[in-house]
Amino acid sequence: METHQIELTVNGRRRSVNVKPNELLINVLRNDLHLTGTKYGCGIGECGACTVLLEGKPVLACLILAASANGATITTIEGIGAEKLDPVQEAFIDHGAIQCGFCTPGMVVTAKALLDENPQPTEAEIKDYIRGNVCRCTGYTGIIKAVQSCGCGGEHKKVTAKKQP
Amino acid sequence: MQDKLKSIGKPSPKHDDLVKVSGRLNYAEDYSMPGMLYAKVLRSKYPAAKILSINTARAEALPGVKAVLTAKDVPYNNTITKFGQSKDVGGGFEALYRVLAEDKVRFTGEAVALVAAETLAQAEEAVKLIEVDYEPLPGVYNVEDAVQPDSYKVGEEDTNIIAHFKSHKGDVEKGFSEADVIVENTYRVPFVDHTYLEPESGTAWIDDQGVLTIRVSTQVIEHFRGVAKVLGLPENRVRVIGTMLGGGFGGKEDITVESFIALLAWKTGRPVKLTYTREESFLAHSKRHRYVMHYKIGAKKDGIITAIKAEILSDSGAYPYLSPWVLMYSTVCAAGPYSIDNVDVDCKSALTNNPFGSANRGFGSPQVNFACESIISELAEKIGITPLEIREKNCIRQGNVLAGGMKMDRYVALPDVGVQAWEAINEQPKLKPADESKKVGRGMAIGMMTYGRMTFLHDTSRSHIRVELDGSVTVRCGVPDLGGGQAASLCQIVAEELGVPLSKVRIYISDTALTPLAGTTTATRQLYMSGNATLKAARVLRERLLTRAAAELNVTAAELDIADEKIFVTAVPDRSLPLKQVILFCSGEGVELFHEAQFNAPFTDVPDLSNVQGQVHPDFTFGAHAAEVAVDTETGEVEVLNIVSCFDVGRVLNPLRCEGQMEGGSIYCMGYALTEEIILEDGITLNSSFTDYVIPTALDAPHVQSITLESKAGLGPYGAKGIGEPACNSIAPAIIDAIYDAVGVRIKDLPATPEKILAALKA
Repeated sequence: METHQIELTVNGRRRSVNVKPNELLINVLRNDLHLTGTKYGCGIGECGACTVLLEGKPVLACLILAASANGATITTIEGIGAEKLDPVQEAFIDHGAIQCGFCTPGMVVTAKALLDENPQPTEAEIKDYIRGNVCRCTGYTGIIKAVQSCGCGGEHKKVTAKKQP
Repeated sequence: MQDKLKSIGKPSPKHDDLVKVSGRLNYAEDYSMPGMLYAKVLRSKYPAAKILSINTARAEALPGVKAVLTAKDVPYNNTITKFGQSKDVGGGFEALYRVLAEDKVRFTGEAVALVAAETLAQAEEAVKLIEVDYEPLPGVYNVEDAVQPDSYKVGEEDTNIIAHFKSHKGDVEKGFSEADVIVENTYRVPFVDHTYLEPESGTAWIDDQGVLTIRVSTQVIEHFRGVAKVLGLPENRVRVIGTMLGGGFGGKEDITVESFIALLAWKTGRPVKLTYTREESFLAHSKRHRYVMHYKIGAKKDGIITAIKAEILSDSGAYPYLSPWVLMYSTVCAAGPYSIDNVDVDCKSALTNNPFGSANRGFGSPQVNFACESIISELAEKIGITPLEIREKNCIRQGNVLAGGMKMDRYVALPDVGVQAWEAINEQPKLKPADESKKVGRGMAIGMMTYGRMTFLHDTSRSHIRVELDGSVTVRCGVPDLGGGQAASLCQIVAEELGVPLSKVRIYISDTALTPLAGTTTATRQLYMSGNATLKAARVLRERLLTRAAAELNVTAAELDIADEKIFVTAVPDRSLPLKQVILFCSGEGVELFHEAQFNAPFTDVPDLSNVQGQVHPDFTFGAHAAEVAVDTETGEVEVLNIVSCFDVGRVLNPLRCEGQMEGGSIYCMGYALTEEIILEDGITLNSSFTDYVIPTALDAPHVQSITLESKAGLGPYGAKGIGEPACNSIAPAIIDAIYDAVGVRIKDLPATPEKILAALKA
């Protein structure tokens, strides 16, 4: 199959890649650009593990043809908090929002998009926004708390141990 | 002691959180190797069929294809399953492990042939070119049919029944004759999937010593022995390196890709990678067993239970795998955490041509706990007492003997956990939905679940600690980490015992060649087993350091303590030595600054299977769930509004992780209660995607309130118990009880779908 050269700006860096017309963005990110933080969980847009930002909006890299992203600006998990952790990443750590961590990159990217759009989301708004990102380990309680804690202009509160009865 | 602890009990994040949140952690699929081939598996499209012939010529001729393997190419295709147990158990507990189908296929998705090719696309194409001539066979898909003598035989034996365990106490008929109220029901639970987010994946290669090396996402690195058997290699020529798992929940307890990639790497001499698609993951790996459970229970008017009888039938699917083990847990837990004089438990597991059942979080407990707790609540209502009252009247307490004959010598947090969960949910005013068709209800259930493997497996774990000359510490322990913080908890123990900050402890895990074998990350055993092994090793080193410091400080070692990188006289903390200085003394004088310790669980013999009595497990974790739901009487839809989870965890080593298990476990089996079910039509899975197999999303999951009790009565380090699996045990019956409270229908057949609820409302 013939290939086409496409240009992407990924995490602030211009990248040029030769892709087949049917190649998916997730494969280009993972296999050609070695950005393996974007995860394959289902391949058909059901789990959210491959969420990246395309022109600042969260999309599922497993549903996008790489060729259709020609010229686009993409942010993957590797582009968030690369220098210093983003407050939402710190909040995930502090609130026990990470267990196996496989959903975490996609979840962080989605949470980042939410907070960029809506800096002070309510619990209901958080749940609605992240509903396409499946987590099997945490039960979401820690994740929702983490995102909520960021909802004050980028500041987040550190978690404290609950009272032991 | 509690106040003195510096590391234990603190909500410190896991060391791996930082790399996970940055997307830098490499899971199995993220590793590649130079010259690597890609593998694909050809799977059976029939649930039951005779393989008449397999023609691989066209696949082999495809450019890029390096190997095509079928059963005849596997040196030892039929071996006996082992799960890291140190003892040959026999008695039907160790059953057939078949790498590739031969003669006949037993389930849809069974592996028939393997391909390795230069590219994934070539491997995918080659699999399509393999021609298998099948003769479809009738098969058997209903376990109640499978146990009949004239049924279709799934395997090569003349019966489909693979395990039959019983347990009796007293005289149930006499017990029922004394009862004022009797309830009798049949409960059904479906096959369910683990749906970890990370599909199965691994890469195998032959290293420069000729060692077949497998880097894989697994809960059981001890499968290196199984792979060695398949290939006929010495065990020390197979090495398994476990990656951090993207979830397991029991689904990565059996061998997944290991044998396939090992065979292909061995055949081609090249590294080979295999990652399942999501659909393939659904089809290829184990399920939580489908159960049919007949329960009968009787009680006096005052609420005292006089007898319980449970007849349980487990659908083990196409191959036994861990089914007998799972059934043993069900046998022990079938009569619940109750002190009942007359008990009769009869459990069978039988093969069918359905997907195979094996380990899934809870390991045979959630099934029977759903049935037992459901019938207890119904009994309470018939007698006219509350669900909490009947449990308070009948639950076991310290000193009581369980139905299976094990005496509960240790503290039993019943009914406390139930009382606290129920009180916590009732502290909040009942929500009143705006929609008139919605009715709100509350329910509760309790449960007991084991932690640690069955004692007749003679379980052990080892851990190695080395103190470095600069005062940092290196731990090596073969524990696979599923994300529950299995490795991080060991670091906390070492930090506590050696008085160093957590940041100075580094751990290496999950490598059969380089880390001491710590056993499986299953059975809620790692904190208990590897925690104790690590504690034992740390205390030996601590004692050596204190002894050396004592000589320097002119006191006895017993007068010393260690904290904040100092060794000090407990009574006069200013009299101290820097830890690093003591380490250098030891190092200069040849005192060993490393230690490897082994912890052994209690060892027992295999119980009498016709009457299981006495100790089968090391200990139990007791817990309770309370749930509040809104049921829409027009649509049958259930919304879970609130969940309280209350457990005696013995000791909280880290509240973030302990509550994380309780929150996650609650939502895991909320799905079991309401939505999850592998839908099968004559052995064909109809819902092998997240769209059709519905697990809870953030929108479905309510806030989970976790209440942890700390009896310090556990067998783990610092009195901890296990929480991973127990955390999901009692939520399903609590939700079903809440649905009854809301709309007056008792669902006895999980999941409680809107259709079932509407049908029950109309009945």
